[in-house]
Amino acid sequence: MRRGPGPFDLAALTLGFAFLYLPIVILVVFSFNASKLVTVWGGFSLRWYEAVLTNEQLLDAARVSLGVAFVTATAALVLGTMAGLVLVRIQHFPGKALFTGMVVAPLVMPEVITGLSLLLLFVSLDVPRGFWTVTIAHTTFATCYVAVVVQARLLTFDRSLEEAAMDLGAPPLRTFRLVTLPLIAPSLAGGWLLAFALSLDDLVIASFTTGPGATTLPMRIYGQARLGVTPEINAVCTMLVALVTIVVLVISILQKRRLARERIGPGPAGRNP
Amino acid sequence: MKGKAERDRLALGRLLLIGVPFAWLGLFFLLPFTIVLKLSLSEPALAQPPYLPIVEWVEEAGELYLAIRLRVQNYLTLVGDGLYLAAFASSLRIAATATVLALLVAFPIALGMARCPPRVRPFLLLAVMLPFWTSFLIRVYAWMGILKDDGLLNALLLTLGLIEEPLVILNTETAVLIGIVYSYLPFMILPIFANLEKHDPSLLEAAVDLGCRPIVAFWRITVPLARPGILAGCFLVFIPAVGEFVIPDLLGGADTLMIGRTLWLEFFTNRDWPLASAVAIAMLLLLVVPIVFFLRLQALGRLR
Amino acid sequence: MTTARPVREARPRIEPWQDPDAVPFVRIQGVTKTFGEVYAVDNVTLDIFKGEFFALLGPSGCGKSTLLRILAGLERPTSGRVLIDGQDMTDVPPWRRPVNMMFQSYALFPHLSVRKNIAFGLEQERLPRAEIAERVAEVVRLVHLEGLEDRKPDQLSGGQKQRVALARALVKRPKVLLLDEPLGALDKKLRDQTQLELVNIQDRLGLTFVIVTHDQEEAMTVGSRMAIMREGQIAQIGTPSEIYEYPASRFVAEFVGEVNLIEARFASVNGTTMRVRAPALGIEIVTDRPVPALPGEPLWVAVRPEKMSIAKTPPAETGYNCVEGEVFDIEYLGDVSVYHVRLDNGLFLRATEANKLRLIERPITWEDRVWLSWGPDASVVLKT
Repeated sequence: MRRGPGPFDLAALTLGFAFLYLPIVILVVFSFNASKLVTVWGGFSLRWYEAVLTNEQLLDAARVSLGVAFVTATAALVLGTMAGLVLVRIQHFPGKALFTGMVVAPLVMPEVITGLSLLLLFVSLDVPRGFWTVTIAHTTFATCYVAVVVQARLLTFDRSLEEAAMDLGAPPLRTFRLVTLPLIAPSLAGGWLLAFALSLDDLVIASFTTGPGATTLPMRIYGQARLGVTPEINAVCTMLVALVTIVVLVISILQKRRLARERIGPGPAGRNP
Repeated sequence: MKGKAERDRLALGRLLLIGVPFAWLGLFFLLPFTIVLKLSLSEPALAQPPYLPIVEWVEEAGELYLAIRLRVQNYLTLVGDGLYLAAFASSLRIAATATVLALLVAFPIALGMARCPPRVRPFLLLAVMLPFWTSFLIRVYAWMGILKDDGLLNALLLTLGLIEEPLVILNTETAVLIGIVYSYLPFMILPIFANLEKHDPSLLEAAVDLGCRPIVAFWRITVPLARPGILAGCFLVFIPAVGEFVIPDLLGGADTLMIGRTLWLEFFTNRDWPLASAVAIAMLLLLVVPIVFFLRLQALGRLR
Repeated sequence: MTTARPVREARPRIEPWQDPDAVPFVRIQGVTKTFGEVYAVDNVTLDIFKGEFFALLGPSGCGKSTLLRILAGLERPTSGRVLIDGQDMTDVPPWRRPVNMMFQSYALFPHLSVRKNIAFGLEQERLPRAEIAERVAEVVRLVHLEGLEDRKPDQLSGGQKQRVALARALVKRPKVLLLDEPLGALDKKLRDQTQLELVNIQDRLGLTFVIVTHDQEEAMTVGSRMAIMREGQIAQIGTPSEIYEYPASRFVAEFVGEVNLIEARFASVNGTTMRVRAPALGIEIVTDRPVPALPGEPLWVAVRPEKMSIAKTPPAETGYNCVEGEVFDIEYLGDVSVYHVRLDNGLFLRATEANKLRLIERPITWEDRVWLSWGPDASVVLKT
């Protein structure tokens, strides 16, 4: 690419990022609106936050969502890491093509189909629907995302590091723990977060697979949004956006720091070669 | 023997490593599909669950039969009832239009990002990714407040005197298009940016040196080279957009037919599970071609 | 490698391969390794003795690295056995083998400091912490890494990384140390110097080293013996001088050093003297190392260019081992010059002469008529 952005590029970037961020900014701003009308600024107020924090239904839904997301992310991390390892490290086994297909297909599957098919499974098996059926459904598609993240990392992994560890006396499992795991840990953390965010975000699959008493936050938001825009929902959304933004930013900063530290190293001795 | 026991343990570990995710995906991804397929051929009923089994033991004149009843009517309804065909057609049209619009919006942004100094690029990338991490539902919801009749956009246009009376945007196809372009924009920007970033700047210099005007060089060098990124981005927007439910439901009107929404309504409102299953199977068949194309494109990219 | 000679001469001459009672330390018996249809290693049998610095040499893709990885246990042979110190290692996994490897890429753990990298192998043995620290310190001194113990691998230069990789393998006191192209990433000067260091360390510790390299100078500098490999098979095993002076095939003769190859046919054998005819040159060639051959059997004679004398006057006896031609080109390489001599039938032969005189004082120049001649001990008859 040509060095340095021209005026056309700067205009595209400005307009583009305005398009990406303005709707969210507006949403956040109007969550602090004292007026109930969404278009009229009635002064700064935290009353909608107060309303959210005393709304038991919303709080319940948030608890369910966070619980589902936490269990999902953790289970998907384990399953997805295993699947990623299988994809990259085990060259041949009967059913490899089927396995690969099952990992990739959920990524491009319309959510309505995934949701419908899982519900039909739970109905056929006569499983009572609720927290755990949602968690299982989320774990299934989140596993595939984690698997792809882990796969991408392992493809660039220098195998001779593992061979060296084994050569120096570490059996495979210990080699994985001492060498592979620490080196792919940032990708695993990214995979966990991705799974958490996907689960927290999902409306469609949860709507199909949930049951009484396990209404997730997106389902509540959706239910109210269908009835129209209310400042209370704006407040909930703002809190979610703030949470996600802070987590993502903190992680990016930590990773940059880590990279920088590894490059510079401790003390003045690190500066030479 | 120590060696044998160790080898057995390793073989077992390998079996577990393959077996656990295999079993999980088989049980919760593959098996559900076969059930959808089965259900799409069964008969709806006012029961719990609301369908009849397709395989049954039947006693007739004292003799026992294993009766298999496959109801093809579900699929005939899809073809016969104009509503479903229209839903499929408009899903494809809306998804395709939104994909083209998203490409037009995303390409200049990706190009601008790629032309920024490498030092700045990670921050721009993070800025593109950040909305993707925040909730999809919230991003769609945000547009409701902007687009509705007494919403911010109309208020702004009225204040500026550009329009006399509020435009009706919410609950129209336009709103759906805006919603899809907005929600899936990062998926279009990322692959194009990843591609453009790798271009060698000396290619354009060489083109200019050989007598190309910059705008011609852009068309004849940059755009053709960016083709894999553009294709990847288009598939990443088109495929999920076809089956989209949330956007047409919240931003579209009652007349905005999209297949994901039709399935939802069939299932939740009409409680016709067999028909909903048939819709799902049909949607899958519709998406198989672009999905396979996309996967082959990805596989090719990985080879390179 | 002229600088290496004094060091090699100073080493005690251990030649266990000459001793019929010596028990080989590493035995590779009929080892084959296939990848799909490809024979990476094809029925290789090889004995390596304790204290040897054994070099596996060959062009890329000849299977030398695969053979080394089989010794390390990183590849399982398709068939055949590997014995180390009398124990069958064929089915022993790498983490239980008393061998250690220095990887071509060094394979230093990027998340561990130099000290932790070196201690890694000892920690796997669950040794007491004090002992680990002591042994790490000892090997750090041995390879001159003092002061760098707390650095991470990406803060080291190429030469430093190479020494950490060596230290990490040495600290385990392996029965056999395997080195996979250990110096490939270093520049020429550093490589020469490191070769000598490797030989010194091996000498001092009395360990058995097996090195894989594609660089014949390196193999000859460090190796007590070497095996030349080609397409998964061993073409020849011997000391560097045996292989250079008496190559067993045209492949070995051409792969190690420069050579003139002359087509010939068997003529006669008389005691220790063998005569062959070279029809293309119209001469007879005499060698003092007869090989069994049938009358008229096609053979090749290999003569190293530096063993050919070049002169403007014919030698005393012109009946054999002597051809006449014209100087076609002279390659000036500083220490030596290579004379490309065009024979009257259009064939070319090369002769190398040390440049004891300066350029302008050389008696032979372009287009001079010259005679090339060599002794019976310089011609090696090859059957393949």
